[in-house]
Amino acid sequence: MRVASDILTVAAVGAGAFFLLAGTVGLLRFPDTLTRLHALTKADNLGLGLVVLGLLPYAQGPSVALKLIAVWLLVMLSSAVVSQLIAEVVRREGSQV
Amino acid sequence: MMASLVFDTGLVLLVMAVAGWAILARDPFAAVVGFVVYGLLLALVWVRLAAVDVALTEAAIGSGLTGTLLLGAAARLRGDEAPAAERPGPLLRFAATLLSACVAAGLAGAILRLPENAPTLAPAAAQNAAATGLGNPVTNVLMAFRAMDTLLEKVVLLLALVGVWSLASDRFWGGRPGPRYPVEPHGALSLLARLLPPVGIVVGIHVLWAGADRPGGAFQAGTILAAMWVLVMIAGLSDAPQVGQRWLRLALVAGPAVFLVVGLGGLVLGGAFLAYPMAYAKPLILAVEFAMTLTIGATLGLLLAGPPERRSGA
Repeated sequence: MRVASDILTVAAVGAGAFFLLAGTVGLLRFPDTLTRLHALTKADNLGLGLVVLGLLPYAQGPSVALKLIAVWLLVMLSSAVVSQLIAEVVRREGSQV
Repeated sequence: MMASLVFDTGLVLLVMAVAGWAILARDPFAAVVGFVVYGLLLALVWVRLAAVDVALTEAAIGSGLTGTLLLGAAARLRGDEAPAAERPGPLLRFAATLLSACVAAGLAGAILRLPENAPTLAPAAAQNAAATGLGNPVTNVLMAFRAMDTLLEKVVLLLALVGVWSLASDRFWGGRPGPRYPVEPHGALSLLARLLPPVGIVVGIHVLWAGADRPGGAFQAGTILAAMWVLVMIAGLSDAPQVGQRWLRLALVAGPAVFLVVGLGGLVLGGAFLAYPMAYAKPLILAVEFAMTLTIGATLGLLLAGPPERRSGA
């Protein structure tokens, strides 16, 4: 049982780290603001979700586990809203950066 | 052991790199974003040093509140860039660089010359922790052992708000601060301003309540509540209140007033100003903290909203 949860943790956190890395590479390499936003929000939400999933077996008790999930949901909400706001500014004023 | 050393070294290098970037950035907006990132990384450093209370305060005040104030200042500066005549000349800039370098060198020298075993009151504070019935040593120090400092800090916060208000022109005195933000009923910001505050208010009260025994407390809680209020104002869902209103003024002085009353009560019952009677120490401290959270939330929200700029109806 312990081994199974350890394997899950390593696999999920590893995959999460890969997605975070991919999102960062996208942020640095993509040509304009909209595609950068795309890379960042998609990869980061999935990456953080996988990291949280991987840490769940290690959470001490259900309240810590719920807090971890709440952190993931709140980050998703804020990153979705912020990317919408940035995209709105880009559409209004054109992409200069 | 090795992994944490690598992590800490990387963290310190990152903090220094971001600090340098925030100083060197030419664009005010970019510099402020750098400052906010710096503050959040610094909060991580405090967590690594096991000072979670300081980390919470750094993230909430140092990074969040100060960052937002600076963003507002940068946005105002962008409107009318400083005219060329007001840009500092090379001599002035050299003098400023020299002064900053001297201050940094002085600070570094002072820290390097600190004695190996720094004088500390921590054992005394830990020894008397049971006197208040609170489990969080930081709250103990803030609310009991050094209560005078905390009381004066709240008064300073109020003075800062009076300073901001004094920038208002005479005809707007007592009016509403900041511009009226337009509502976009189906916009993303409206959605956030509807979804987040219920969560934020619960988290804020939790942080206040947890502050008795775990990291947290009135200042962090007040900042979270202020952030929720400002979010609702910026989304245009609720207009900023007129600063002349009685209920608002009462909220602004509630914290220091309750603190003072409890302090003066201590003079009668406990034998000294701000001395809590032993049996009632915890309920009294909680009452002061609740009042202070209300005051801090209102004060910080209005600090961010800025000086009054409109008459009531506008």
